[in-house]
Formats: sequence, structure tokens, C-alpha cells
Amino acid sequence: MEYEAVIGLEVHVQLKTNSKVFCSCSTEFGAPPNTHTCPVCQGMPGVLPVLNRRVAEYAIKAALALNCQINPLSVFARKNYFYPDLPKGYQISQYELPLAEHGYLEIETPQGKRRIGITRVHMEEDAGKNVHGEFGDPHSYVDLNRTGVPLIEIVSEPDIRTPEEARLYLQKLRTIMRYIEVSDADMEKGELRCDANISIRPKGETRLGVKTELKNMNSFRHVQKALEYEIKRQQKVLEEGGIIVQETLLWNPQLGATETMRSKEEAHDYRYFPEPDLVPLEVSQEWLEEVAASLPELPDEKKARFIEEYGLSAYDAEVLTSAREMADFYEAAVKAHPDNPKALANWVMVELLGRLHAENKSLLEAPVTPQQIAQLVALVDKGTISGKMAKEVLAKTYQTGKDPQQIVEEEGLVQLSDESELEAIVEKVLEDNPKEVEKYLAGKTKIVGFFVGQIMKATKGKANPQVVNKILIKKLQEKGEQQ
Amino acid sequence: MELCWMTVKEAREALDKGELGAGELARAILDRVEEVESRVRAYINVFPGEALETAEKVKGGPLAGIPLAIKDNICIRGLETTCASKILKGFKPPYNATVVDRLREAGYVLLGKTNLDEFAMGSSTENSGFFTTHNPWDLDRVPGGSSGGSAAAVAAGECLAALGSDTGGSIRQPAAFCGVVGLKPTYGRVSRYGLVAFASSLDQIGPITRTVEDAALLLEVISGHDPRDSTSAPYPPHKAQELLFKEVRGMVLGLPKEYFGEGLDPQVRGAVLEAVRVLESLGCRVEEVSLPHSPYAVATYYLVATAEASSNLARYDGVKYGYRAPEHKDLYDMYVKTRSQGFGVEVKRRIMLGTYALSAGYYDAYYLKAQKVRTLIKRDFEEVFRACDAVVTPTSPTPAFRMGERLADPLTMYLSDIYTISVNLAGIPAVSVPCGFTREGLPVGLQIMGRAFDEATILSLGYAYQGVTDWHKKRPPV
Ligand SMILES: [Zn+2]
Repeated sequence: MEYEAVIGLEVHVQLKTNSKVFCSCSTEFGAPPNTHTCPVCQGMPGVLPVLNRRVAEYAIKAALALNCQINPLSVFARKNYFYPDLPKGYQISQYELPLAEHGYLEIETPQGKRRIGITRVHMEEDAGKNVHGEFGDPHSYVDLNRTGVPLIEIVSEPDIRTPEEARLYLQKLRTIMRYIEVSDADMEKGELRCDANISIRPKGETRLGVKTELKNMNSFRHVQKALEYEIKRQQKVLEEGGIIVQETLLWNPQLGATETMRSKEEAHDYRYFPEPDLVPLEVSQEWLEEVAASLPELPDEKKARFIEEYGLSAYDAEVLTSAREMADFYEAAVKAHPDNPKALANWVMVELLGRLHAENKSLLEAPVTPQQIAQLVALVDKGTISGKMAKEVLAKTYQTGKDPQQIVEEEGLVQLSDESELEAIVEKVLEDNPKEVEKYLAGKTKIVGFFVGQIMKATKGKANPQVVNKILIKKLQEKGEQQ
Repeated sequence: MELCWMTVKEAREALDKGELGAGELARAILDRVEEVESRVRAYINVFPGEALETAEKVKGGPLAGIPLAIKDNICIRGLETTCASKILKGFKPPYNATVVDRLREAGYVLLGKTNLDEFAMGSSTENSGFFTTHNPWDLDRVPGGSSGGSAAAVAAGECLAALGSDTGGSIRQPAAFCGVVGLKPTYGRVSRYGLVAFASSLDQIGPITRTVEDAALLLEVISGHDPRDSTSAPYPPHKAQELLFKEVRGMVLGLPKEYFGEGLDPQVRGAVLEAVRVLESLGCRVEEVSLPHSPYAVATYYLVATAEASSNLARYDGVKYGYRAPEHKDLYDMYVKTRSQGFGVEVKRRIMLGTYALSAGYYDAYYLKAQKVRTLIKRDFEEVFRACDAVVTPTSPTPAFRMGERLADPLTMYLSDIYTISVNLAGIPAVSVPCGFTREGLPVGLQIMGRAFDEATILSLGYAYQGVTDWHKKRPPV
């Protein structure tokens, strides 16, 4: 029987505000334990939370970018459970009336565009961290620096059908969060965390199967792998006549397998109820419009514009808009050399990114400016240097930071395009290699490459290949006619 | 006049005229504490050295040199704040409650921190994790609760005035039992920052004083918006003068029939109705009204308050501060032992009740339904306040009861608050004013309830009433 998977994702995104969500402590990562804490985030008796408006603003921004409707009134709620890293014994979250609902996100799959529904976006506070065995004694410690760092939870509809779609969804989510600058959404750093609900059903069936919940997937790759594993596991259970048990599973990346964390019976009863220490958050139309106006052009719009305005292929536009800094880099280059956006796309995507990838660097660390790339392409377009020379120039710009123009001048890299000059060189190469000329005339036309090589060698690579080709063919034809 | 019986107002005038020194006043009160405290036991901690030191150095401010007591569920920086619970024994907050900051700015002199029912859960102070406070009018009787320590201290001359907190009557009921004035301000009038939470949507700090005038003086100091409390109302503090001098002639007073029915002690009824006649003589018009959802108030309260409490008290887990059980196998065992040993019986009972009310499958039937009834109770008052300026009732159905009398029966104990609870559910202000004594010599309290943020009406009524009566001038035998 053929099965299909039904997957919904719950994603937590850490918002990069300077201070925590309910107190004024710093959110900076990596400080000595418990130095970014105060009575409020330590959960001392009698203290009260006060909402950081900036957190609400970032959350609204994210929800708008995910095409959600913002609730004019949303309510904070307490999620109650005991754990040492949760100093109040409850987490302030949102439950019945979340900040935003009814959104969606579009992903580009090999099978085409897919729209994944977003059920809700709500705000909550992060918990602290329990530290075990780090101080050479048998005690456990609690670090509350992360307690109260703002998060948004983004819950998708069960619209995802394959592990690959799940990965694409997460990557798109990360792209959007980075575009709107509310989070760096780095999974490895825990700035984006993903839990998945997954069930399978025979293809064509409309009812949902029993789902399991997957946790502890710390990278895009792990999400995909864990889901692939879980689909196979569920399929095997069903094929062997078994039933799926509703439970929470942990992905074990070392084993490459999921393990039971807790059964449905052991599931927490969080006893949610409205947080009486906070008033409901009111989002006025005015505030909403203000935040909406601060939204930058989003990846989908940008992609459409790149295709339209610069004549790029859908693929190139997708790659170039997959990160805001890349799109900005590309557009800065286009601005400096508006005549050939397609060539610029190539140079950015293939040559520059290729080099950066090889060194495991990001575009932000690129030692080459958009203006330098533009100058380089302009030099090629003018015929000053060949494409091949341009690659060498880029390599030098990359190493030294010097402008392409300067490198060309300093190294005398100007392309030899003068026909009379080149004619003489071609003539000489043909005279020096009579056997090869004969072979050519006998029909081995591929030998042209040999002559081009010789000419390049003679000109130290500066010969304009188009001109050389033209002259070479002409001369060889003349030789044929002479015979 | 003995200094310990001065009102805040009288002391203020004497200090301002230079007839009295702040140090002299503080010493007189501390002497009185020395004299009666072993019998009354109002205080968990007294700070004689610090009090005298502050008094000697006192500068300006509306409460400069005025010795006050603070209920021990209100945080004062660097001083032990216990909530009368073993689980918080030794806890010293590194912050002041907002009310304490305001009192300090006003120049008050802190005498000590007063006893209460553990985490303010109770109506007799018998639930204190440490000891029981005695009623200065009859040492075999309870002072009421949960602010029993504060009310007893004011009544016994162990301070000029005190702060209490009121979640379901915890200021007004002990004030009535001890023959003093207790004001529960409108929810949001006084910042809750630094008040150790029992039930966040009901808790409110307020003054316990000998006169309504003093209550207004203290309210002026402690009220007003606080950015650290999101539920605090965006209003500046009222001037005491504006709170006291509203014209009472022509005011319409509602007498809710539900508050004068079964269970009301006849002597209490007599005293309250007599007080109503006095108010009539001042030009008020009295009308019988109905608050039809009153019979559901106690049940509603014990769902809302315990639900919130179950969550508010989750932080006492032995991890960060306060008590931790010395021996435990693992984390879970540590939680269980710490909380089993640290909390008293009543606190545990309420945590369990509240946990149950919020549990999956019961939430709608209990917590949600209680919230709906709460809305109905609130509407009852809105309806009545369309025609009335204030509502007048007994504060408590009985005078102070004997120690131990109700301990075994929590339901009867809960009914002590039957007349005070609705005010917290509705979020409105109410004041309890002494209005007579029973034949046994026990004080009776008159409760005046007002519209939200209209403390001026109820305080003006109380002030006018005290202008023509002497009940508040009687002193207990202790
Ligand atoms: Zn903090």
C-alpha cells in the first residue's frame, strides 16, 4: 500500500531584542551564569512581569510576514509545570487568544509551489538551562540567563506531506525571519527550534492517522532525517499489522533513530489559564499599520521582481533572494553596472559564492564589494578583458581587495583585440605547425583548439578569444583555398 | 494623651508643631510593644534599633516620623519576608515593594512586620506557620485574618497604623474583629509589585488605621500608577482632602437584602442597622437593593483564588530560595518533600483545590464557570451602583470567634468572608469602620462598598460617620 505523511511543525524562534520579554535584563548570549538575571526573571516572590513592547512589535512583524491576521486583543496565559530551569513554576505564553492566526507560507518544491497554512503565532518566554556535571561535582546547577528571552511559537497546519517539504518550510521560515531582522534563526544556536507532529495514512484516505510528536531535531538535516525515519517506522508498524501509539519521541542523531520520551498517559497537564499579572495586549490599527510599514520587501515579492526587472531565471532569482544580504549585494552590483544583470547574477552566484563556500564563509564576510563585481563584469562587457582573465582578476581582488580595474592596469592584463596584431601571431603559429594545418585541412577540424592554445600561449592569454577564432578560421580557409 | 493611641493625623500635627519628637514617638510605641506583644503576638519581626535610628534621622514627608507596621507578605529590601510560612523562612528580598518605596519617600518609620495566615490564606491568623495572633479585645479570640497581625497591632497601640493585604476580606474582616478601620482599595489603585501573590486578580494592599482620615492619608501615599505593575490603573494618587470631604448629604445607600439574611449574628445586625440610621441622620437616603448572585460568591472565590494560588505558589520549590528538604533521593523527591514540609495544611488544601480546578477536563466546569459567575457578580454591583452611591453591609456575619473554634471546619471558616469576598471579585473598593460592640465587648464592623475608583465616596461616608460616633475611640483592655 502506498502511504502519505501528514506533518505539522511547531517552531520556536528566538527574537533578537536587546532585553528580555518581561524584565529589562540583557538577552546577550554567553555571559557568565546568572549574571543576566533580576528578581523578575529569577521568579522571586511578589515581583511582576511587564511586557517589553519591542517584543510585541517583533512578533507582529513576524506574524505579518507570515500573512497572519493579528488579533486586536490577545491574552497571555500561564503554562504550569515544575522544572528547575523554570523559576516561577510556570511559563508565560499565550493560549486561547494568541497574537495572530490564519497565515500561510509558500515553498518552492521540485513539484512546484506549495502553500503551507500557519495556524497561529504567539509570544512566550524561554526557560533557563540546567547544567549537569560541568563543575566537577555531582550537583546540578541552574543558569537563568536565558530565562525570559523572548520567543515566538509558529504552529503550522498539518499541510506538509514530505520530509523535504518540512525542510523547505523551515528554511523559508528562517529566510523570512532574517529578512525582517527579528531573529537570526540559527538552528545550531537554538534560535530556531522545531518539533514535528507526524502521522501517515494510505494515499487517498482523508482521515488522519494517529500522530507522534518528534523532538530534539537540531538542524534542517536532522529534521528531514528524523521525519524520514519516523515515516518508515510508522509504515513498518502498520504493514506488520500493528497500531501507531500516540507518544512523544526524541530524535537520537547518533543512532539515527527515534526513541520514546513519554507516552500519551505521561503527557503533562499544563493547566493553562489567563495570566492575571498581565493585561491583554491591544494592537491598535495604528500600531499595526506602523509595523506593516516597517516591513521590508519579502523574499517572494523580491523574487518576482528580480525575474521581472532583471530577466533572471526562476532558479537564479530564488537563489539570489534566499538571503536578504545576498539580494542586497546583488542589487548593489546591478546598480553599479545596470547593463548586464544576468551576467552579474552568474558572477555572484557561481564565482563569488563558490569561493566563499569553499572557505565556509558567508556573503557578509566576502572580501569583495558589489561594486568590484560590477566593475569586473563591466570590463568583460567592454571587451577589455576576457571571461577567463576576469576569473583570475576576481581571484586577485578576492585575495588583495584591490579593484579589478587597478589589477588590470597594474598587470597589463588588457586583452589583445587588435586584428592586425593578432593576424601576424596567427600567421606565425600556422607557419610553425604545418603538420597540424594539414590535419585540419584533411577534416580534423577539432584541432582548432590546439591552434587557439598556441596563440594564447604566444599572447600570454591576453588574446581576445572571439577575435582569434575569427582570424584563425579565416586563415585556415585561405590555406585550404591555396591548395 | 498616651502617645501610642495617637492617630496618624494627631501625630503628624504634634510632630510638625515640634510638640513631639519622632524618636520620642517611636520609643513610646516600642515601649507599648514591649508591654503587650507577649500577649498579642502581632509581629513576626520587630526592628527596634532600625526604627529608632530612622526616627532620629527623619526629614520631611507626609509620614515623616510616623511609626507603621507592615504585613509580612510585603517585601522590604534586605529584611526577612516570610508570609508566615516555613517555606520562606530566611528569605530576604533584594527589592522593595512599590508601597514600601512610597512609604520611605514619605518618611515613615518601620516598626516591624506583622503576622498573617500563611500566604494570606485564612480568616483568623491561626494558619500562620509560626504562631497565632490574639485579639486585643479578648485574648482568647482570633484577630481575624489574614491581616490579623496588622489589625491587632493597630488595635493594641503597637503602631499608629499598618498595611495589610486583602484578597477576600483580609483587611476588612480583621479590622472589624479588632475595632479598627480597614480599607481595601479598588483593584489597580495600589501597586501589587512586591506583594507576595496569593491570588493575583484579587489581591490589593490597603491601610489598617484607627480612623478613616488616617486611611485616606495612607492611601494618598501608597496609591497611584506603577509601571512595574501592569494591572495598576493609570491614575495619579488622590489627595486625602479629596477623599474625605465629599458631601454625604443626599447620597443614596443600598442595603443588599442578601447581606442581612440567615447566618447574620443578631447583635452584628443590630449594630449595623443602627449605623445605617446614623448615616440617614447625616442626610443619606437608604434603599433596599439586591445583589442576586451573592450566594455564589464564596464558591466562585474559592475556585478563582485557589486556581491562581496553585500557580503563584509553584515557585516555592526548594530550588532557588527559602526552605529545601534536607534529604531527598532525586529532583521529584526534593519537590515533594520540600513542599510537603514547607507548606501548612490550609495552603496545601488550597493548592490542591486550585490545581484540580484548572485540570484538563475540569477547567470548564470549575475555573471557567467561576469566571463567568464573577462577571455576573460584577454586573450585580454595576446595576446597584446606577441608583446608589454606596452599598452598606456588615463586614463579617459574626464578631471575632474563639481560637480553634473553626479550625477543624474549613467551610465554616470560609463563610467568615461571605460579606467581603464579592468586593474582591468585583474589583471595587470597600472600607470597614467600627460601628459598635456586642454585649461581650467585641467590636463590630460596618462595611461601605463603592464604585470602582470611587474611594472618595466611601471614605467621605466613613469620615462623616466617625465625626458623629465614638466607637473608634474605644481602647481594648489589653
Ligand atoms: Zn530579569
